[in-house]
Amino acid sequence: MRAATLVRLAGRALGRNKMRSFLTTLGVVIGVAAVIAMTAIGEGAKYRVQQTFEAMGTNLLIVLSGSSATGGMQGGFGSQPTLTWDDLRSIQSELSAVKAAAPVMRTASVIQAEEQNWTTSLVGTTPEYFQIRNWSVSAGQRFSPEDVTSGAKVVLLGQTVVEKLYGSGANPVGRTVRIKMVPYQVIGVLAKKGQSPMGSDYDDTAILPVTTFQSKVQGGLTKFLTGAIFVGAVSPDATGRAQQQIAGLLRDRHRLGPGIDDDFSVRNLSEIASAQAQGTAVLTTLLASIAAVSLLVGGIGIMNIMLVSVTERTREIGIRMAVGGKPRDILTQFVAEALALSAGGGVIGIAVGIGAALFLAHQFHWPTIIRVATVLVSLGFSALVGVVFGLYPARKASRLDPIDALRFE
Amino acid sequence: MAPLISLEDVSKIYRMGEVEVPALQHVTLRIDEGEFVAVMGPSGSGKSTLMNIVGCLDRPTSGTYRLGGAEMGGLSRASLAEVRNRQIGFVFQHFNLLPRTSALENVELPLVYAGLRTRERQERALRALDRVGLADQASRAPNQLSGGQQQRVAIARAVVNEPRLIVADEPTGALDTRTSMEVMQIFQELGAAAGVTILLVTHEADIGRCAGRMVSMRDGRILGDRRQAPLRADPARFPLPAVEASA
Repeated sequence: MRAATLVRLAGRALGRNKMRSFLTTLGVVIGVAAVIAMTAIGEGAKYRVQQTFEAMGTNLLIVLSGSSATGGMQGGFGSQPTLTWDDLRSIQSELSAVKAAAPVMRTASVIQAEEQNWTTSLVGTTPEYFQIRNWSVSAGQRFSPEDVTSGAKVVLLGQTVVEKLYGSGANPVGRTVRIKMVPYQVIGVLAKKGQSPMGSDYDDTAILPVTTFQSKVQGGLTKFLTGAIFVGAVSPDATGRAQQQIAGLLRDRHRLGPGIDDDFSVRNLSEIASAQAQGTAVLTTLLASIAAVSLLVGGIGIMNIMLVSVTERTREIGIRMAVGGKPRDILTQFVAEALALSAGGGVIGIAVGIGAALFLAHQFHWPTIIRVATVLVSLGFSALVGVVFGLYPARKASRLDPIDALRFE
Repeated sequence: MAPLISLEDVSKIYRMGEVEVPALQHVTLRIDEGEFVAVMGPSGSGKSTLMNIVGCLDRPTSGTYRLGGAEMGGLSRASLAEVRNRQIGFVFQHFNLLPRTSALENVELPLVYAGLRTRERQERALRALDRVGLADQASRAPNQLSGGQQQRVAIARAVVNEPRLIVADEPTGALDTRTSMEVMQIFQELGAAAGVTILLVTHEADIGRCAGRMVSMRDGRILGDRRQAPLRADPARFPLPAVEASA
């Protein structure tokens, strides 16, 4: 039998029982729609996690100084300054897996503009910081290494700070703000970065050269770095290596013999990021497999209806055989019908699934990503379901005896 | 000339669990090309079994069946289907048309399995419908046609692939006398015009007399086999039934 005829035949047979065909496909429709929607949500969640961690900084490691012990009470990491400026320079220059390193000193302080004031997180650092954190300016410019050397009284403001001091959308570049009574020139506004993975606002900050920070905001110890060192590894894969290299270097520099605990800690944020991404991937797989099960149930529904259909149409099968339909022709006819049911359900399911994903994205602002591969795989899988579950009823039909089939009432 | 149909010592035994039921016992029968043969006998005489074997729907338990000189016994189901498709046309008592399918498409069915293109199928099916006088009813479904019309559609389907043999199982069993005669008239025309061999199973004497040869059966055996002057089927001899007249 010709393929075009086969397709037409299947379409006609299913068209005769529209309601039944529709209800039969419904299982596959729901299965495919669920697979599409679930993976879209899963992929979206994964993408959001990636975005968040990318906002945090690429290939980021944070080196914190050690803990202090006073009267038997152990302070947290960073409570005892053990990192020195020389440590920073060594990390910057000696390690192959490290691309850049920047000191980060932090304190909360009030910033005063002409009319408003706002308490924010004040950060003293060097230009490498922007590179490590992947952070650009939306207006003005970053401060230069020369500004760091000279201790220039310049400041970069985060979006939230700009909004609080000047109202949203204002461009404060060139204006003057005061921090602890000292005037600073605003030389740039940082690009919007949003929320950190822990929920704090990246944009609620003001950044000054580290030297200025030390001399004007928080008088520090000259030798020790009272804060953290942010390190950017050369690539995402290199974060583990960078972590080991930093630990080795610092143990060496701090002359820690074997068996003595580190007096610093290196946090590998990429690891946390990949763990999170893995978590969402597991979730996606789980959701998709639940959805796939419903697709399977849909397939069983198709088999059920095809079996009913074969019985109902026994006489038709007999007629077809009598006029020259070979067993193979009968087989392909019924497989084609099952395939049409499941593939048709697949197409509708894809439309419904994409619709559902878009609706969720629109209504609840969930990020959803629909991948072409997912759509094609679902379509292929639903077609496969049709063939697999259609085969048994079709075989049954093709094995009927023409005489018995013709006599069937 | 070799006969078109040649049955040599053909038996058919059905197994019903432990019991063996012989439906045909040592039947030998030859039918030449172009003959119009009526097989008569009461129910259970084995005439339907004979017809199924001749029509390649069934295979004999023993003995040989040759159609056009070719042995049919060893053929696979698929090969038998091909023989039915190319060489045999079927007409059944209950028409056996596909429901909710137009007359044209019903007639097209054998050509679908012959692998013809849509266009050629439609042309040939329409010609076959024209032959039985139903070209104007081509788009109607069986339930929109009268019994006689349905049987004529079935005959069109049987002849559409230009078979050498038409096998008709009680073709008039579900029809009134006048319509039966109309159908028999078509069979006679087919035999005369196209030289088609016709094997017709019936238990009605009137119908049997329309054939040129009468084979009578009982208990799976052939009792009699004689040639006769066929009675010309003439529907005009019978009054129009009321329902048909208004249709």
